[in-house]
Amino acid sequence: MSKVLRSIEEAVKLIGVKSGMTLSFHHHLRNGDYVLNAVMAEVAKAGIRDIKINASSLFDVHEPLLDHIRNGVVTELETAYMGAKIGAAISSGILAKPVTFRTHGSRGSTIADGSSPVDVAFIAAPTSDKFGNCTGKIGKSACGSLGYAFSDAQYAKRVVVITDNLVETELENPSIKGDRVDYVVELESIGNVAGIVSGTTRITRDPVGLVMASYAARIIEASSLLKDGMSFQTGAGGASLAAAKYLKDIMLEKKIRGSFALGGITGYLVDMQKEGCFDKLYDVQCFDLDAVESIRTNPCHEEISAIQYASPDNIDAKVNKLDVVILGATEVDTDFNVNVHTDSNGKIMGGSGGHSDTAQGAKLSMIVAPLLRSRLSIVSDRVTCISTPGDTVDVLVTQHGIAVNPKRAELKQRLIDARLPIVDIHELKDKAQKLAGIPAPIPVGDKVVANVVYRDGRIIDTIKNI
Amino acid sequence: MCDAKICTDGEKMDIKKSAVAGTLESNDVFVEIEESDTLKIEIESIVYAQFGEDIKNTVKDMLDKMDVKAAKVSLNDHGALDCVIRARLETAIKRASEVEA
Repeated sequence: MSKVLRSIEEAVKLIGVKSGMTLSFHHHLRNGDYVLNAVMAEVAKAGIRDIKINASSLFDVHEPLLDHIRNGVVTELETAYMGAKIGAAISSGILAKPVTFRTHGSRGSTIADGSSPVDVAFIAAPTSDKFGNCTGKIGKSACGSLGYAFSDAQYAKRVVVITDNLVETELENPSIKGDRVDYVVELESIGNVAGIVSGTTRITRDPVGLVMASYAARIIEASSLLKDGMSFQTGAGGASLAAAKYLKDIMLEKKIRGSFALGGITGYLVDMQKEGCFDKLYDVQCFDLDAVESIRTNPCHEEISAIQYASPDNIDAKVNKLDVVILGATEVDTDFNVNVHTDSNGKIMGGSGGHSDTAQGAKLSMIVAPLLRSRLSIVSDRVTCISTPGDTVDVLVTQHGIAVNPKRAELKQRLIDARLPIVDIHELKDKAQKLAGIPAPIPVGDKVVANVVYRDGRIIDTIKNI
Repeated sequence: MCDAKICTDGEKMDIKKSAVAGTLESNDVFVEIEESDTLKIEIESIVYAQFGEDIKNTVKDMLDKMDVKAAKVSLNDHGALDCVIRARLETAIKRASEVEA
């Protein structure tokens, strides 16, 4: 008896995947992932219909999914993020039931507590042994952390590992242990390396981005949080990385040693940790090759699950220990609500990911975004979609000034004392309108295509068809 | 408001050749002017839903101010501000009319 099967087709058959089931996938292979498409092709071929997909994120590489939706193979989606091509199709109303958008943290907790049960989890594993012990740290398709897949592997009724590097000897220190795994399938390739991780993540050279990044670093410096033990999270965008660079300069100059950096980890955070800015890196997802190399070799770089990262049910979740997080936005309104789900036309092009998890957990949550993007103001009276509630957002940084949530009067005074350019958020809105003009309202349909579910399980907004 | 400056001595602008101005970068607009017997305006914009009418009015206003009666004017807009659209149009029209910009 062996868990190793010859094909996905065989796994689908032996497990007895049938109509109405929920299948789960994780997104560490990002826009290079072959696994979701390969599995769904077999499911469709077997004549199975009415499948619910619970994926930690969906990327544009998953476009074949749209045909499965049109053909009735897939009738329900639950995810924390979707790329713009998938999002545009969903926005057009091709799915019968609304998408359930969760956060990375609450996706983990709802799979764990059974409120969003998974029948079969498919784990894309860059290396596995024949027992199903697997890891993302080694193999030709190495992606580093498999953090978002931990809850799937732990709590799904059945688990299938799909790998393109099946090793003979038993794997030491696997990320996911084989005792949870029913079957192992070896494929020629589980992903396109070019789409899995970026070769290098570059700091922006755009002067607007650099101004905002320098404000962000100075806000941290003035916030009273910049001291030994500080913890920090930032994204992989050019301006976020530039903010990390400025922060690094300040930390090294003042000889400040932070406790940890969290989140999607980039080479830039790896360098900061090596140079002594942080004791540890806690990693749910690697963004680039330097991060993959680091999680493989650096004992201070620890792989964590979505539940350890951000579950609202876990009081010890890392986001609750977070001092500072730098986040992006497509829109912010004058109540500091943030939209990261749709573009300004109302079309889906993203999702919360860990946005609202970290915004609520961190002591200082900062949005960094240019005041105008292609004539569209970042600030409006009301965002098209509330992804992250304004009462969890502290500061908006733009190149035209910094707006502080009125709830944070003490912080505002500190930033004024540090001579940072503080403005009222309404002034930012007026300035943008003066520069760009007043946009005509966008007509939307009346069919709900997605529900945005907050960390606590409340539907905080709905997205209509367009 | 600044007709005299734009129209260079108030002369009528005759479109003598094809000309372009601008780029396809974000926040810019690419303007093409071609000879035509009538006035034709084509606008493509990533913010058409929000600013399509404004852009149309800006183009008409600029053509009027520069006294262009016949031309094919095409805009490929990637979210340029109004002042940028005006500047690109002015340059393209002057190039097409062989007037020193």
